[in-house]
Amino acid sequence: MAASISKEEVAHVADLAKLNFSDQELEHYTGQLQEIVGICEKLAAVDTTGVAPTYSVTPNVNHLRADEPVDWQQQQALLDQAPESAAGLIKVPAILKQED
Amino acid sequence: MTYHFFEQDLTSLHQALQAGDVTAEALTKGAFENIKASDPDLEAFVRTHEESALAQARAVDEKGDFSHFLAGIPMAMKDNIATAGLETTAASRILQGFKPVYDATVTKRLKDAGAVITGKANMDEFAMGGSSETSYYKQTKNAWDLTKVPGGSSGGSAAAVAAGQVPYALGSDTGGSIRQPAAFNGIVGMKPTYGRVSRFGLFAMASSMDQIGPLTRTVKDNALVLSAIAGFDEHDATSVDLPATDFTAKMGQSIAGLRIAVPKEYFQEGIDPVVASQVRAAIAQLKDLGAQVDEVSLPHTHYGVAAYYVLMAAEASSNLQRYDGIRYGYRAPEAKTLEEVYRETRSTGFGPEVKRRIMLGTYSLSAGAYDAFFKKAAQVRTLIIQDFDQVFEKYDLIVGPTTPTQPYGIGEEIGDPKAMYLGDALTIPVNLAGLPAMSINAGFNAGLPIGLQLIGKAFDEATLYQVAAAFEQENDFTKALPDIAAKY
Repeated sequence: MAASISKEEVAHVADLAKLNFSDQELEHYTGQLQEIVGICEKLAAVDTTGVAPTYSVTPNVNHLRADEPVDWQQQQALLDQAPESAAGLIKVPAILKQED
Repeated sequence: MTYHFFEQDLTSLHQALQAGDVTAEALTKGAFENIKASDPDLEAFVRTHEESALAQARAVDEKGDFSHFLAGIPMAMKDNIATAGLETTAASRILQGFKPVYDATVTKRLKDAGAVITGKANMDEFAMGGSSETSYYKQTKNAWDLTKVPGGSSGGSAAAVAAGQVPYALGSDTGGSIRQPAAFNGIVGMKPTYGRVSRFGLFAMASSMDQIGPLTRTVKDNALVLSAIAGFDEHDATSVDLPATDFTAKMGQSIAGLRIAVPKEYFQEGIDPVVASQVRAAIAQLKDLGAQVDEVSLPHTHYGVAAYYVLMAAEASSNLQRYDGIRYGYRAPEAKTLEEVYRETRSTGFGPEVKRRIMLGTYSLSAGAYDAFFKKAAQVRTLIIQDFDQVFEKYDLIVGPTTPTQPYGIGEEIGDPKAMYLGDALTIPVNLAGLPAMSINAGFNAGLPIGLQLIGKAFDEATLYQVAAAFEQENDFTKALPDIAAKY
């Protein structure tokens, strides 16, 4: 088990989570993650040989129902919630860069 | 005629409405008078919705149908439960201005019953915290002492009820977020069995543990509200299809002969001696009422916090990926490319505690850490469930403290996430196991309440209410009023 987390690892995780941190924040989060991971490392002391993991406590896997389309009639209401919309679509900044 | 919510319960309010002694509009106006008098100090509400609430109340009055026991009665909704057309932000900047286009199933059920939604209760951002200090908007105070935290994450819901602003509120509980603020404010809070209440429209934190539940001043009120919101919902595949239950059914029955287990570990995890002795006194009362009380062991309790923080953070980091500034809520205005929209929106939209949990979750799900953290935590979760299963083979319920300490001062723990996380040690195991559990007031020390936690078998909320009602009857804690009550 990882004994310590490096600043580089924290930077990588931040990148995966799409969070920007300043160098100072990165230091801060490295220290805090270190401490929290330290608590979580206690788990290593538990013998879990042959123990099945539990990801959900409910025995329900799926409730099946007829696959019928329902029109919630909410297109405009949904568009009204978008920070920017145009022509019945949600508007975002350009995704493709223009070649010079 | 004005109604003082400290002197009324849902049953008496319902009777007064049915008899025509009071109108829904008058009750709702009364709630807003209370809120206006006390909320500048208490800050239990992120926002109030007086206009829509009064319209709801008038509609109930006009219809004149008070057949449902919640019809015409005002309430507070936690800010992470969707209310169509009313801003719902989970106390986060990233959802600032967001008005859901649909009602959560619990909202719909309450509206169908004729309930009146007065506003959205403050909370820790995305329900991440135990003090309501991580809210982007406000700092809710403890109803008994304005210098102390109200607990969290449902701190606004608990403070609003404890201060008599409204008769009841809904909260959500992923690791103790209903029970801990209920304990800190001296009221009744129930975290129902996982699957009992639909999560549709609850802004997800950890989907395998989140549950919505009621916060009330009395046990009976709590059982009534749960009856109104429980039940199968095709929009939540994890909700359980069981016949409608009257959760008040066993209230009033003797608890003589009930087998109560007291886990010794619940008096070890850094517990304040004052809390321990008050809870022991409460347990002695249950024994005097005829219950059979034995000490038991839940040996993996000690690992609950670690397992919970790994699993909760992993689920939360996945659930919070949806907040990207594209479709709703806040978008960082200065972002120029799509990638910048994602990054800058998330970096300025989420607060520090949310980022901490996203980081922990992303880390524990990453390739190098998955087996040692995520899978290991899920295995320890199985052992914690087995601990409970063994005890429930011989016992009807488990009793102990809700929290290791009494409410602490605002600002005292916020800089120390480790201390905050350990404060959840006694509530977390229940969520890992999906069991029902509630907190009721076990009395006061230095003017601040202490919570007694009752944990039941899956889907056996009725026995918890039975025991809680018997305890409540033996004491007069609900008669105590916080100083803030002098404002109305």
